[in-house]
Amino acid sequence: MKTTDIVIVGGGPAGLTAAISAASSGAEVTIFERSPQIGGQLIKQTHMFFGSEKQYASHRGFRIADYLLDELNKYKDKVKIYKNATVLGIYEDGVITVDLDGEYIKMLPKRIIVATGANEKIIPFPGNDLPGVYGAGAVQTLMNVYGVKPADKVLMVGAGNIGLIVSYQLMQAGVEVAAIITDLFITGYHVHASKIARMGVPILSGYTVKEIVGEEQVEKAIIAKIDKQWNIIEGTDIEYDVDAVCLSVGLSPLVELLGQANCELRFISELGGYVPIRNLDYRTTNENIFVAGDITGIEEASSAMVEGYIAGLTAAKDIACIHDDYENKISDYRNQLDGLRSGPHSGRLRQGIEKLMGGNK
Amino acid sequence: MRIENHPILEFKRGNEIKFYFDGEEIIGYEGDTVASALHAAGVRVLGESVFKHRPRGFYCAIGNCSSCLMTVNGESNVRTCITPLKEKMTVEIQKGKGEIL
Repeated sequence: MKTTDIVIVGGGPAGLTAAISAASSGAEVTIFERSPQIGGQLIKQTHMFFGSEKQYASHRGFRIADYLLDELNKYKDKVKIYKNATVLGIYEDGVITVDLDGEYIKMLPKRIIVATGANEKIIPFPGNDLPGVYGAGAVQTLMNVYGVKPADKVLMVGAGNIGLIVSYQLMQAGVEVAAIITDLFITGYHVHASKIARMGVPILSGYTVKEIVGEEQVEKAIIAKIDKQWNIIEGTDIEYDVDAVCLSVGLSPLVELLGQANCELRFISELGGYVPIRNLDYRTTNENIFVAGDITGIEEASSAMVEGYIAGLTAAKDIACIHDDYENKISDYRNQLDGLRSGPHSGRLRQGIEKLMGGNK
Repeated sequence: MRIENHPILEFKRGNEIKFYFDGEEIIGYEGDTVASALHAAGVRVLGESVFKHRPRGFYCAIGNCSSCLMTVNGESNVRTCITPLKEKMTVEIQKGKGEIL
């Protein structure tokens, strides 16, 4: 059986920083990433990040993936990175199984950090299964990673930051955005919304998708106004001739592996769905398994990176690989998280974390 | 369709890769996934639902949702959105749940 100190599931912002932390503490690390690229969702972020300088604010997301990989490269004797590697299961005896580019392998690590991220939600409406109804993140991947134009004309559903930013990026890729609709109101930063409105894209509040029409794929989107009980108001239809509909209606943490590994989960809607019970060290109720990033609750890449740094330090310490500056680093990262979560946009997030952690934030 | 001009990104396409979609020859590039190459060639219907045979395209593009499963080189249920394109691959629309090898 292959062994290693720490296996990290997921090579996104949280997984990469966890690897940096763990390797700089002296632990041997193996990262498994199911995509053909390392960097998770960072590699498709062409916009400049907000936040603070410590999390690379004002740098474009795809550059941040490069910075993290450069940093990780300093420890290349300790770190193995596998792409096209899907972790299939975590078993009771601590063995993990992986589909590594078609080959089935098993490994017994001392500790596991699960940083699988999140999955885009979908909402129900007739035609939501037609080709051309895409997750907003999926469209971002197609155009920004692979350089493929996702459609000619798009309706964007959802006016959070992802909906707003992806709409702008669609226009940069030469795609027309017919409108952005949202059931309640704009929840993304108004600086993004204003930029899009100035480009002439209507942002309609109080609307939902009534139906998507198409034989083989999306040909037309029909939206309608909703009342306070979320019922469609007759006679308020607006039709758009579009060939794609992007849904940016929230994300949910990818916790399946944790469920299988007997980590206790709790449903907390403010955090996006089922999330693992964890302590301040980001250890789950399975003492050998740690977590970091969106799997702990939907947030920004900036907090995912800080959580990764923490989980890498704590998981390494657990196997007696203690970073020279452990105490200072941990308290700095905890302060950074508090800072990132302190803004006016993070109220719901703070409520969710309060529900999860009680007094132990 | 491929994006040629972009204000921020520069797409460096790799070598051309020839592959087959339901028997038809299609050209993609090194660095593509099966799904991105198909989409660039105008193919958005990647499969059909198991019972009602409704058309299916990709949804998440990160290997999670199973909406893009196709038969690749005879192997069923391949997540084409994260499968790197390779020379002479045969890619087919899958009927039903596919064969388990």
